[in-house]
Amino acid sequence: MIVRVIAAIVISLALMVIDHRQHHLETVRSLLSVIVSPLHFIADLPLSASNWLSETFATRSRLLQENQDLHRENILLQAQQQKLAALEAENMRLRDLLESSFKVGDRVLISELIAVDLDPFKQQVLINKGSSSGVYSGQPVLDANAVMGQVIHVNRFTSTVLLITDASHALPVQVNRNGLRTVAMGTGKIGELDLPHLPNNADIQVGDLLVTSGLGGRFPPGYPVAEITSVHSEPGQHFANVTARPTAHLDRTREALLVWTLTPFEEYQPQPFAPDEEEVVTDSEAGTPGAEESESAAGSQAVTEPGETQ
Amino acid sequence: MTLSPSRGSFVIVMTILVALLLTVLPLPTWAQMFRPQWYTLVLIYWTLALPERVGVGVGWLVGIILDVLTGTLLGQHALSLALIAFITYQMHQRVRLFPLWQQSLTVLALLLIERLVSMWVMGAVSQPPPTLLYWAPPLVGMFLWPWVYIILRDLRRKFQVS
Repeated sequence: MIVRVIAAIVISLALMVIDHRQHHLETVRSLLSVIVSPLHFIADLPLSASNWLSETFATRSRLLQENQDLHRENILLQAQQQKLAALEAENMRLRDLLESSFKVGDRVLISELIAVDLDPFKQQVLINKGSSSGVYSGQPVLDANAVMGQVIHVNRFTSTVLLITDASHALPVQVNRNGLRTVAMGTGKIGELDLPHLPNNADIQVGDLLVTSGLGGRFPPGYPVAEITSVHSEPGQHFANVTARPTAHLDRTREALLVWTLTPFEEYQPQPFAPDEEEVVTDSEAGTPGAEESESAAGSQAVTEPGETQ
Repeated sequence: MTLSPSRGSFVIVMTILVALLLTVLPLPTWAQMFRPQWYTLVLIYWTLALPERVGVGVGWLVGIILDVLTGTLLGQHALSLALIAFITYQMHQRVRLFPLWQQSLTVLALLLIERLVSMWVMGAVSQPPPTLLYWAPPLVGMFLWPWVYIILRDLRRKFQVS
């Protein structure tokens, strides 16, 4: 027994070190998760069954009402989208004049959260799309409002998303008002981000919107992340105490959007996709007049000024 | 004895699977912090009851599966569960004879060791120290132990797991 327990301890420690330092164990993990994924689906069953039942046995009037509401919302959103397309085109033209490169559109896939509780001391969720849908490790994940996190483990049909509030997560952001760049660190609490690297005289206020800066190369630039909730500067300290609240509904949302970024450096490569084509939503770049030219123009100029997306 | 030596493996596996399922079953946020360590309770029971069949190896395997299931560092639960199985094995002959309340206290100690090992691992990978509620599950587990014990004992007798 002694020999066995010592062997178990040594193997566990070795596994932990390898898993923490390198990422060679991803294949082992995804193989094992094929075995455990039935458990995930059984755990998710009560909630998905109750959702299905409430949809199936909904009254006709309620469905009609809901349909009307959605229709109205859709019209509103489309109207905003029209404006956005024009603004985007204008933005691209201006950026062309400034000779700066900028990515145009992203490809987005909607995935649903699987209702299971993972480790309560890590901020992570499980989604129902995996490598069979082209999901890759490190992929950015959004919800309808803002950035949620990034994919850390990919299995065949599911993947694990690390939320931006996890204590091991750091996200390069910039203040939308003045372009001030910094890093937003997770705190381990679901509603709080920490900005530890801002000097006392930094131009930052309560209510400022933080957007992704695109530095670091994982997250596409320009997506909202969080709103500043408190700024305290103590004269004796080097850095100000700045905290922010994520704009994404990290603890409430049921759907997550997986994003494929199209940088100016790479051509649009259709990924091997599952046939659920209706879920693939392309951004407005196809419908934007002039966007294609500007993208290729930006791509050719990117060599001279690669700062934006590096 | 006409029973085959591997009799009742199915029951053991099923109880462990149910414990794993209870571990990932969605709970309201306030209740998540109090979720007992079902997998440890079940492992302790089977190690007490059948030490020659369930021990360090099974504990380690359950731990690895749990790590994949809950997305923790690969080996974190494996380490603590192998350790728990070992300690339980070392004292199974005494603990078996304890009255239930005394067993519960022993189980509390084991559950606390499991938490402690997990906390060390979390500290080593520089996660912030969790709240004091981190220590709540062992207490819940202690109060649940008599029921877990009786249910699993009845199951074992009904299916004649030996």
